[in-house]
Amino acid sequence: MENVTRSGFNRTGAQTSLHTVQNMQAFADEQSPSGPSHIDGVLEGRSIASVRAESVHAAERIGSVPIPTTLTGVLATGLSKLTGHRPEVLVDKLGERLAFERTGVRLYQALIDKAEAVQADVALPFTIGELKHIRDEELEHMHIVTSALEGLGADPTAQTPCADVAGVASSGAMQVLSDPRTTIAQCLETILSVELTDGAGWDLLIRLSGSAGQDDLIKPFSEALAREQVHAQQVKGWLERAVVDDLD
Amino acid sequence: MNLLDHKGVPLDKQGLTWKEMAGQPISKLDDEAFTRVRIILMNGIELDALRLSHIGARMNADLRLPLARVRRIEQHQATAVSWLIGADHSPLETTIAYEQVAIEVTAAVAQQEPDPYLAQVYRFGLLEDFDHLYRYSALLDRMEGKDANNILQGNTDIVPGRPTVDEHRAPEDDLRHPYTAKADLLSKLHATLITAAEYQTHDFYMTIGPTFADPVARQLYAEIASIEEQHVTQYGSLLNPRQSFLELWLLHEAAEVYGYYSCAQSESNPRLRALWERFCDYELGHLHHVCELMKQHERRDPAEVLSRELPAPLPFHSQREFVREVLATEVDLRASGPDFVPVEQENPASIAYRERVNADGSPSTEVAAAYHWTSGTELNRPLARAA
Ligand SMILES: [Fe+2]
Ligand SMILES: [Fe+2]
Ligand SMILES: [Fe+2]
Ligand SMILES: [Fe+2]
Ligand SMILES: [Fe+2]
Repeated sequence: MENVTRSGFNRTGAQTSLHTVQNMQAFADEQSPSGPSHIDGVLEGRSIASVRAESVHAAERIGSVPIPTTLTGVLATGLSKLTGHRPEVLVDKLGERLAFERTGVRLYQALIDKAEAVQADVALPFTIGELKHIRDEELEHMHIVTSALEGLGADPTAQTPCADVAGVASSGAMQVLSDPRTTIAQCLETILSVELTDGAGWDLLIRLSGSAGQDDLIKPFSEALAREQVHAQQVKGWLERAVVDDLD
Repeated sequence: MNLLDHKGVPLDKQGLTWKEMAGQPISKLDDEAFTRVRIILMNGIELDALRLSHIGARMNADLRLPLARVRRIEQHQATAVSWLIGADHSPLETTIAYEQVAIEVTAAVAQQEPDPYLAQVYRFGLLEDFDHLYRYSALLDRMEGKDANNILQGNTDIVPGRPTVDEHRAPEDDLRHPYTAKADLLSKLHATLITAAEYQTHDFYMTIGPTFADPVARQLYAEIASIEEQHVTQYGSLLNPRQSFLELWLLHEAAEVYGYYSCAQSESNPRLRALWERFCDYELGHLHHVCELMKQHERRDPAEVLSRELPAPLPFHSQREFVREVLATEVDLRASGPDFVPVEQENPASIAYRERVNADGSPSTEVAAAYHWTSGTELNRPLARAA
């Protein structure tokens, strides 16, 4: 089937069955408790806020940052060079960046697989080669972070808390990219938000490395950031072409 | 349809490939809500076929091989049906659909049911799942910012039923009188179908409940899963305990035939209609296989258990007017042992149990405090628009 969205009989809206939904609304109006009288009440969903607050107070953290446990481990490695009072913040964010880039390779591969499948039927706003180039740069970036973690004596195979949370956040992107029903434009929309987040992540990492006294990381990270900014611009342009321009 | 003359597809001719099992899902947006209702119902029945089959195998050495053979097909049918739900359904959206099944199918069953006591049991359970829909709709709106009617498509009302907070009962108040050996075939099929559907709902909530991050959702699923367990207890107790295992198995296959037959009669999606028809023929094959086993192992004529004609198909359409009438007249009913009584005569054991489980607060009450379903979500109310 053609990789574009057409108009059709979407049944989700109230106007699909207008009289029925009016009847349904009238019954709900009659049977439901009266709602909050102030907009804050609506936005907070009333007592949901208090359940959340109670749970936030009681909650434990998702997990911890792995740091070499022995003093010799720390001294023998670059971690001893870390200035600033919380070296684990840098390790955690490096772990996040590593996981993000690693997943990024797979996200681009999913887009490449889809683009290759549909290229005979629809005009693509990019070449497959351009996508492969970005995919390969994501892989390079992953290895830049791996080396940085190794240089600090930290374990690049560990899943840090920020890496874990980034994985939760990108699980929706993976669902969109890997769903055979989604269009190239829908996938680009998702990739764009990934790239924008990616760029902001590198930017933060550069500042963090500087404040942790890891000046030798700033150069490779800045190069990665420059490439990520190009990615975001490219994807934004492709998305515009796919959605706005007539590609038929 | 004549149950005893239609032999269906023989067991050794039944089979699916992985790609048939993991085929094209339905469209959440474009397919009819009742197509999804059929999928969820039939998935529930197939999973219950596996469950019953395993219980039987534990107790019947001679039946282990025939059970294993039929079970393999049931597994693949269950997969083909379950995989029809598209990946864009969030677990909570699928939950809304599960409650729609519990409401619309149970309401249809309650009206077709020839035995007045059994019909009362279905009406009683129905008002509880009806309330679950209201609570989950509040969660969907307040957590994900979505309108449950995108799933329900105008077929099912979203208002309070028997409050979930009051549904927690002592076990002795969840057991009902079973149907007897003389009961109509339709009564036996109904009890089998609804028990299966509730079991699946329970298992689904137990599986997805802990995957939510929001404590409001985690607590709500914990609470409602407990009611679904009560519902399995209630509906499961309708099955006559004096039936032999082979009789239970035979009835289960008949219920599978009846389910697929009913789906095929009403399905609007041609691809799914073809699937329902194919599986109806598979189930007839299972049924006749079990008929032979019954003759062989129990020296009994299956016609004693089955009537010749399959009952009229189960209707799949909105039961709004019936549900509203039951809500207006029976929402205050409570249980006292197997009987239904006015609220003031409820068994004290249930009241004591309820006080204990609700002692720390009531998730179903908290999530839906002042919830008033509004087309387009409660953020679409004039108050929110003006702000
Ligand atoms: Fe990247
Ligand atoms: Fe990138
Ligand atoms: Fe329910
Ligand atoms: Fe239920
Ligand atoms: Fe079967």
